[in-house]
Amino acid sequence: MELYDLDLTQALEKMAAGEVSAVALTKSCLARIAAVDDQVGAFISVDSEGALRQAEAADTLRRQGSGGVLCGIPLAIKDLLCTKGLTTTCGSRMLADFIPPYDATVISKLRQAGAVILGKTTMDEFAMGSTSETCAFRVPRNPWKKGYVAGGSSGGSAVAVAARECPAALGSDTGGSIRQPASLCGIVGIKPTYGRVSRYGLTAFASSLDQVGPMARTVADCALLMKVISGHDPLDSTSVVREVPDYTANLGKGLGGVRIGVPREYYTEGLDGEVRAIVEQALSALKGLGAEVVDISLPHTEYCVAVYYLIAPSEACSNLARYDGVVYGYRDRSADTLVGMYTGTRSKGFGAEVKRRILIGTYALSSGYYDAYYKKASQVRTLILNDFKAAFNRCDVLLSPVTPTPAWPIGESSDDPLALYLSDILTLSANLGGIPGMSVPAGFTGSGLPVGVQLQGAHFAEEMLFRVASNLERVLPPGERKLDLQG
Amino acid sequence: MKITTREVEHVARLSKLELSQEELTMMTGQLDEILSYVDKLEELDTSSIAPTFNVFSVTNAFREDTTRPSLSQAEALQNGPQHDDQTFLVPRII
Repeated sequence: MELYDLDLTQALEKMAAGEVSAVALTKSCLARIAAVDDQVGAFISVDSEGALRQAEAADTLRRQGSGGVLCGIPLAIKDLLCTKGLTTTCGSRMLADFIPPYDATVISKLRQAGAVILGKTTMDEFAMGSTSETCAFRVPRNPWKKGYVAGGSSGGSAVAVAARECPAALGSDTGGSIRQPASLCGIVGIKPTYGRVSRYGLTAFASSLDQVGPMARTVADCALLMKVISGHDPLDSTSVVREVPDYTANLGKGLGGVRIGVPREYYTEGLDGEVRAIVEQALSALKGLGAEVVDISLPHTEYCVAVYYLIAPSEACSNLARYDGVVYGYRDRSADTLVGMYTGTRSKGFGAEVKRRILIGTYALSSGYYDAYYKKASQVRTLILNDFKAAFNRCDVLLSPVTPTPAWPIGESSDDPLALYLSDILTLSANLGGIPGMSVPAGFTGSGLPVGVQLQGAHFAEEMLFRVASNLERVLPPGERKLDLQG
Repeated sequence: MKITTREVEHVARLSKLELSQEELTMMTGQLDEILSYVDKLEELDTSSIAPTFNVFSVTNAFREDTTRPSLSQAEALQNGPQHDDQTFLVPRII
């Protein structure tokens, strides 16, 4: 066993016991990155020098007895969270050289807790995509089967954790971008309740849907990170004033009296047989642990894709108006008029998927179409939210697949954007409803691809999700699988 | 057709995007397909449903107007594609 194999909790224990230093752990992760990242493409940038400096500082603090709760833990960060002095590209040519002059609030919180930032991870351009293949720089590969997609948009963060390049990472989730890659790469990931975690310094995609969340190899590690990053932030007026519970407190607590809802609309015709079997196995495991199973209907599920692909692009086209070549990012220097400069910058700086969503959003918000598209979608969003409210009167957690299928081969994502959008159907509604959602590893397909199950809860029910997830983790051991990596 | 090439050209202009002929054809086809799909929402009568723009009712977050540390001018300018020591520079407007 190498130091990079340690999960976050194990690493903390070893550092607390004085058996391992933060420098040794960080060096091990950096060596692992050097050995395998060419094969899996998890990182856009690695800050070896900075990481070692932070690790040395962490070791000093620990010796003085004053380190934070993550003292010396190396982490990877999705490349849309601003990191002071460290390039933050959002996976786009537009921001290829952007060096933020400030830290996102979640990054400040991690630093205060003593974490070591290793580098920034690959992602779909501006988080728009489901496979990370729209990244302008490199495409992450599934470490269990390298010809397969890692998922997206937080694909690089999922891969970095799964490939043991770091014990944990941060991702962001606007329509499934933490949960889907976590499921496809066999790790744990949670999208918190909207407003639970500050979005300050998170590059905005769709502001009413975006949330930052942790990704790790164990439920306990996610719970620990979640506690560090949560909380009200005066710099994000949508962050909620509400006490942050100890998310680790209920880990392993029994399931007596817990009601598991099975949303029948999530078990659709398009659901892969192996995925279905794995989810059903998880359900019987929970039943075996004393949970009660409740049949639930979320009747507006079939409208989620349509609602999401109007609301998210509408918010995105507004948020992405800022990329105009003036105050930061790429500029087309060939134009000699201001409008020509704006147009040249945006046309050359953005990739096809980003342009597509800007066009959809601009159309949906434009005069004469606003009522038919954006307003209509926002009204149906209310119905989706009401479905959840009714469901959580009858159950505590919804159990479902995360995605209708396991990972698919790289390059085979359809040229038909709508077909890819439809694959997001099981994760989008949590963002539309603002509820927390989590992916927990639940098994492997016959061909060796991981499959996760999704747990969704009522607003601020993260503790319940962690409780159920920790039970699942205990009874569904992932088994001894070998990563598809050399070195 | 839900959307024509001319409409896509118009929306692209509003978005400050210039599309090649090939991109325009591709985007028109794809947007047409997506807009046809979202027409599904027409099945629902939402005339009495209030829209949700944010899942929690957000009210204005007021604070005292006090000075706090902020970026220095040099830091604010450091990522500008073109700037002098005081301002961002853009192509001549008038």
